[in-house]
Amino acid sequence: MASLRFQAAKVWRLGADIDTDVLAPGAYMKHNIEVIAQHCLEAVRPEFAAQVQPGDVLVAGPNFGIGSSREQAAGALVHLGVRAVIAPSFSGLFFRNAFNLGLLLLTCEQAECLQEGERIAFDGQSLLGENQQALPCARIPDFLIDMVQAGGLMNLLKQQAVR
Amino acid sequence: MSAAQTLAQKLIAKAAGLSHVKVGEVVTCDVDLAMFHDSSGPRRLKPMLDDLGAQLWDPNKVVLVLDHYVPAQDADAQRIVHITRETARSWQLPHVIDTEGICHVVLPERGHLKPGMFCVGGDSHSPTGGAFATYMFGIGATEMLGVVVTGKIWVQVPRTLRMHWQGALQPGVSAKDMMLHMIGTFGMNGGQYQAVEFAGPAVQALPMQERMTLSNMSAEMGAQVGLIAADEVTREYLQSVGVAAAHLDHLAQWQSDEGADCESYFFDATALSPQVAAPHSPANTQAVGAFANTAIDMAYIGACTGAKLADLRAAAQVLKGQHLPAGVQLMVAPASARDQAQAEAEGVMQILRDAGAQVLPNTCGACAGYGATFAENTTVISSTARNFKGRMGPASVQVYLASPWTVAASALRGRISDVREML
Repeated sequence: MASLRFQAAKVWRLGADIDTDVLAPGAYMKHNIEVIAQHCLEAVRPEFAAQVQPGDVLVAGPNFGIGSSREQAAGALVHLGVRAVIAPSFSGLFFRNAFNLGLLLLTCEQAECLQEGERIAFDGQSLLGENQQALPCARIPDFLIDMVQAGGLMNLLKQQAVR
Repeated sequence: MSAAQTLAQKLIAKAAGLSHVKVGEVVTCDVDLAMFHDSSGPRRLKPMLDDLGAQLWDPNKVVLVLDHYVPAQDADAQRIVHITRETARSWQLPHVIDTEGICHVVLPERGHLKPGMFCVGGDSHSPTGGAFATYMFGIGATEMLGVVVTGKIWVQVPRTLRMHWQGALQPGVSAKDMMLHMIGTFGMNGGQYQAVEFAGPAVQALPMQERMTLSNMSAEMGAQVGLIAADEVTREYLQSVGVAAAHLDHLAQWQSDEGADCESYFFDATALSPQVAAPHSPANTQAVGAFANTAIDMAYIGACTGAKLADLRAAAQVLKGQHLPAGVQLMVAPASARDQAQAEAEGVMQILRDAGAQVLPNTCGACAGYGATFAENTTVISSTARNFKGRMGPASVQVYLASPWTVAASALRGRISDVREML
């Protein structure tokens, strides 16, 4: 997972059960991703879309991404430059969508030790918070690492030059 | 002789061209059918397909349903619907179902689903297909692009969580109550993206549309699929929708082998009360009695999980000869045009109208939250699948989920009510 590493990423803390409808609200689903992204998470963190910086990470409670199949839920985070989402568990459908769009998800049982505003690093296996405690993450299958490194399934398909 | 396999393993093995598969193994499967709708389909897929310069792998294996943005309520919805219809023409899709019902209901209604198939849908409630012993799950638009270009998709062979229902449901208690109870027990992600299988005499006793309600809301348990073994009820339904006899041979193979490794959970249908999920999660479920003093402004019977013919009949049985009290609105959006036509023929729709119901088009309607939704501060009891904050209107809207029986009973009394007192 070498190139999946990151350093000094700023944490946005969220609760449990963050659903797709709060990531990509239904009322904006008819618009393009630029518009949807401006309303991402507004029901729980109204300042998020305006203040998030490329390279920031989300740290949430269990069941992140439950709900709809709308991949705009992951796409809005990609559009805003979110580096990774870290949670003790994810919706399986959201998990597939995120990797298909090149968004790194890290499953970490102790994710909730991390604090709002903290700067954290990922060494390819574990997360390191400011207190330097290593929080191990679940292993990601190689083909999904390839997917993130390619920037998503669309880029992989282009590389395979399917005709 | 190979080891005993679950229904999920058998379906995946067939699609992967293997004699058997092991839990946890990642395999590539051939897709027998890909379904998508006006929101997840052409408006997202066409630009990506054009960008790749690729073609659909097999238009005959694609079903397109217009159900989310129809009837178009504004210029943006009109644009999406226009793109969808234009693309259907340019791709020469042979199977397009336009404003005739919700995708998960019209797909089996038109005979597209048969036991043994491996299918994907561009919608999270795609596990509905599992009621037909079809391995069907929801995927996002980019993954759907991969499917329509290659005809293949990867899957990690799931464990099976077997929900065994003993006994028999009381009158006024239905599949929706079973499902809300299971979601309340296991939580929104309790299915862990594994295969849930519904079994036991209380499941075998359910007609197909009720079985579809179980499989549909496997999504709210976080399962990948919600499977039910094929049996004589399945056969009769498939025959009634014109599935060719050749597809009805050897249906009995589409069940879990005896002794197949799975996690089993046992429930007693006889003891089950009507269930209600309070705002803002389908897992916030308790027996109806816990909400006895909750006043409601609006009752909504709609969606793939709550407005099929079986659901309309249930509501009519409660509302026959009755009229809603002042201050309570009832909206009914029948899940398909065929179900509505049958309900009209049986007098069911007239009973609902006479009770004061407003009948809406055969689409996802307020459930998807994409178009017209509920007004600020409304308290709603709804037969739909999700009551997330803000999904069906402003964040102030309070949505309680329940069966069509309970929704109709609550509409009559203007507060959440136990339908068993009225039957």
